[in-house]
Amino acid sequence: MALLDYFRQRKTTGSAAIAKERLQILVAHDRRGGGPSYLPQLKNDLLKVIRKYVAVDNDAVSVNLERDGAQEILELNIVLPD
Amino acid sequence: MARIIVVTSGKGGVGKTTTSAAFAMGLAERGFKTVVIDFDVGLRNLDLIMGCERRVVYDFVNVISGEANVGQAMIKDKRNPNLFILPASQTRDKEALSIDGVGRVLDELAKEFEFIVCDSPAGIEKGATMAMYFADDAIVVTNPEVSSVRDSDRMIGILSSKSRRAEQGLEGIREFLLVTRYSPERVQRGEMLALEDVQDILSLDLIGVIPDSPSVLNASNAGVPVILDRESSAGQAYSDMVSRYLGEDLPHRFLTVEKKGLFGRLFRG
Ligand SMILES: Nc1ncnc2c1ncn2[C@@H]1O[C@H](COP(=O)(O)OP(=O)(O)OP(=O)(O)O)[C@@H](O)[C@H]1O
Ligand SMILES: [Mg+2]
Repeated sequence: MALLDYFRQRKTTGSAAIAKERLQILVAHDRRGGGPSYLPQLKNDLLKVIRKYVAVDNDAVSVNLERDGAQEILELNIVLPD
Repeated sequence: MARIIVVTSGKGGVGKTTTSAAFAMGLAERGFKTVVIDFDVGLRNLDLIMGCERRVVYDFVNVISGEANVGQAMIKDKRNPNLFILPASQTRDKEALSIDGVGRVLDELAKEFEFIVCDSPAGIEKGATMAMYFADDAIVVTNPEVSSVRDSDRMIGILSSKSRRAEQGLEGIREFLLVTRYSPERVQRGEMLALEDVQDILSLDLIGVIPDSPSVLNASNAGVPVILDRESSAGQAYSDMVSRYLGEDLPHRFLTVEKKGLFGRLFRG
């Protein structure tokens, strides 16, 4: 029994399993691509507009493009100061 | 009409040059007139693996720039009359490769040869994209580890979009997966990605699995393509790969740990 456990343990704790998991995530991310090249500029322009009204940090705006099948979702996140 | 095959990977040091040399020699041995071109301008080493480094006079860049013609630059292999090598330049940089220039040289070679094998440099810059652009077939060389598999996946994306075939609206490049430096022992211990894992992620036609083998270094030390080492597992695996490329349906070998016989166990412990 102990011997059996020993072999089982070796199988599941090997680093190959971790490698595969990391790869699946990496490759899925790579395949989505970094999004259109205008995203950084869009983020900058948004910051300028918002700053006309409130003083915000550079990281107050985050822009993200998600692809879900044929649908693309542009996600905007603006954090306003209290 | 010649067929142009690019041997590519993205990541460096995974076995592209070893594969280009073995594959080209294998095709020549089956009777096909074959030329293998080193696209690694600035870091040439195909001539070393082929064992013809002392016979290099002109190179690929000399031909592109018109300083020599292909006939003067190509080196005829001493072991096989069907095989020629076109070395890269050691001194110029990759910018010396232009689409027009490379295209012209390949067109000229296509009149004389049945297969043109292009040994790509690592990376995704000029030399690599140039080697891919004209290809009809691609062999994506991959080691069973994270960064190599990831880079191969990126190359597959580039192959399908940036090629002459794609631009001319022809059927896309045929892409094949070649897993090299495979160690069944380490896979069994759970330390190395298994073949199925790599295939799961890359989902390309598998053209071969080359075991990690000391005979590869021996062959490169001697300047002999490893496919000529008929005793070695790596040499045999490359030979199988050539057969599969030419349409034979062979089972993959060297995928599992060899069981040590009673003798092995008694005397090697
Ligand atoms: N199947 C194998 N077994 C053992 N060693 C190997 C195997 N394949 C390649 N190697 C070794 O790996 C090293 C790199 O091989 P090679 O030069 O063919 O890679 P490459 O992809 O052409 O590298 P680069 O990206 O620098 O051009 C060499 O030392 C070679 O001997
Ligand atoms: Mg190389």
